[in-house]
Amino acid sequence: MPEISLLLPSVLQPLAGGQSVLTAPADGPVTVGSLLDAVASDYAVLGRRLRDETGALRRFVNIYVNGDEVRRLHGLDTEVAPGQEVLVIQSVAGG
Amino acid sequence: MEPMATAAESFVLAIGTKKGLWLATSPDRQEWSFTGPHFLMAEIPSIGIDTREGRTRILVGVRSPHWGPTVAHSDDLGATWSEPEQGAITFPEDTGAALERVWQIYPDAESRPGVVWAGAEPISVWKSTDGGEHFELNRGLWDHPHRSEWGAGYGGAAAHSIVVQPAGETVHVAMSTGGVYRSLDGGTSWEARNKGISAYFMPDPNPEFGQCVHKIAADAAVEGRLYAQNHHGVYRTDDNADSWSSIAEGLPADFGFVMLTHPRRDGTAWVIPLKADGERIPPDGKLAVHRTDDAGNTWKRLNTGLPEHEYNSVLRDAAAVDTADPAGVYFGTRGGAVYASADEGETFREVASHLPDVLCVRAAVVAGA
Repeated sequence: MPEISLLLPSVLQPLAGGQSVLTAPADGPVTVGSLLDAVASDYAVLGRRLRDETGALRRFVNIYVNGDEVRRLHGLDTEVAPGQEVLVIQSVAGG
Repeated sequence: MEPMATAAESFVLAIGTKKGLWLATSPDRQEWSFTGPHFLMAEIPSIGIDTREGRTRILVGVRSPHWGPTVAHSDDLGATWSEPEQGAITFPEDTGAALERVWQIYPDAESRPGVVWAGAEPISVWKSTDGGEHFELNRGLWDHPHRSEWGAGYGGAAAHSIVVQPAGETVHVAMSTGGVYRSLDGGTSWEARNKGISAYFMPDPNPEFGQCVHKIAADAAVEGRLYAQNHHGVYRTDDNADSWSSIAEGLPADFGFVMLTHPRRDGTAWVIPLKADGERIPPDGKLAVHRTDDAGNTWKRLNTGLPEHEYNSVLRDAAAVDTADPAGVYFGTRGGAVYASADEGETFREVASHLPDVLCVRAAVVAGA
């Protein structure tokens, strides 16, 4: 079955049982939002780190699909094709 | 005077900063053993130490600039932390709101075990009945008709002070900006209670609400008496907040963020004045705590043990008292120094330095070492 991989930064890996890569089946249309829904179903705290309770992506959380940040695509409605990697990267921000 | 803690008791000091939490324990409030940083790189704007029900539970509001806010708790002095899967505080879907920051965690009275209150940004009050693991939004305040006119202070729009009458159903909340609100029915309904508190920065300087009250605290022994540190102005009410009167005379400045009251003795409160809104430093760059023992009629300047020069401010929750006798007074600065007094402010000693900006300080007498 085709899969989609979600790559996590090291700081979030403890919230996914120590895994650096989570995989989800891609046997139908998959969007970034539905992928994050699946993540939150399995790892609720991780889900809350990425999105707030309205479902919005947190301001300094960036998600890349095929090298493009999803805010420049269709946001959480951005489709993900089988075999593609989805990267979670925190912004370079802070002081 | 010797601290009242017995051999079976010790003291806990929790310091929330912009980049993590430090915890300290002491047998005598003189020497402190620290652990930390816990939650490195996350700010800790709120702490509650709940010593009811035969345990010491430390609750913390945690906020990562990247990963958002949450509430965690520890029942073993920080050795391990727990966080509810779905979050302790999350806005119901119909509100369309998202939690930004938890500004206040307030364990209720001994007579109401398990009840913990929280104040948050956006302006909201929450109540837990399971020791702070799950909170419910207070709908009375959330749906208040004034909400659309409440504003945001520099740090955000938040309910930052919660004072619950130990017996009865009276609850006072202070928010920036909005001022003081009172409930006489345990939080079901709320009324603005700001008569006498100035809002000099508004077209009408005496509005029903809209004041920027920085902190409120209840008198330990006189029912209906509370104290407020306002955005310029220090006030007292003797009628349960129906009206407020200035008690700023005798202070070097009426600006500041801190308001503390004694755990048992009536009339005793502490403030830490800053020069002015536009000059948020200790007056003349000389840090001092001021204490009243007569409900604000007179003030005593206390600076023994404090540095000669200090240009950092002290934020609203970066100060606390413990419940020992004599009461301990603790505060931290935005320069990362923390000072502790075991004699009600008469003398201080620096117990930590060069930490990140101190956002919240809490202290408690706990069982065991």
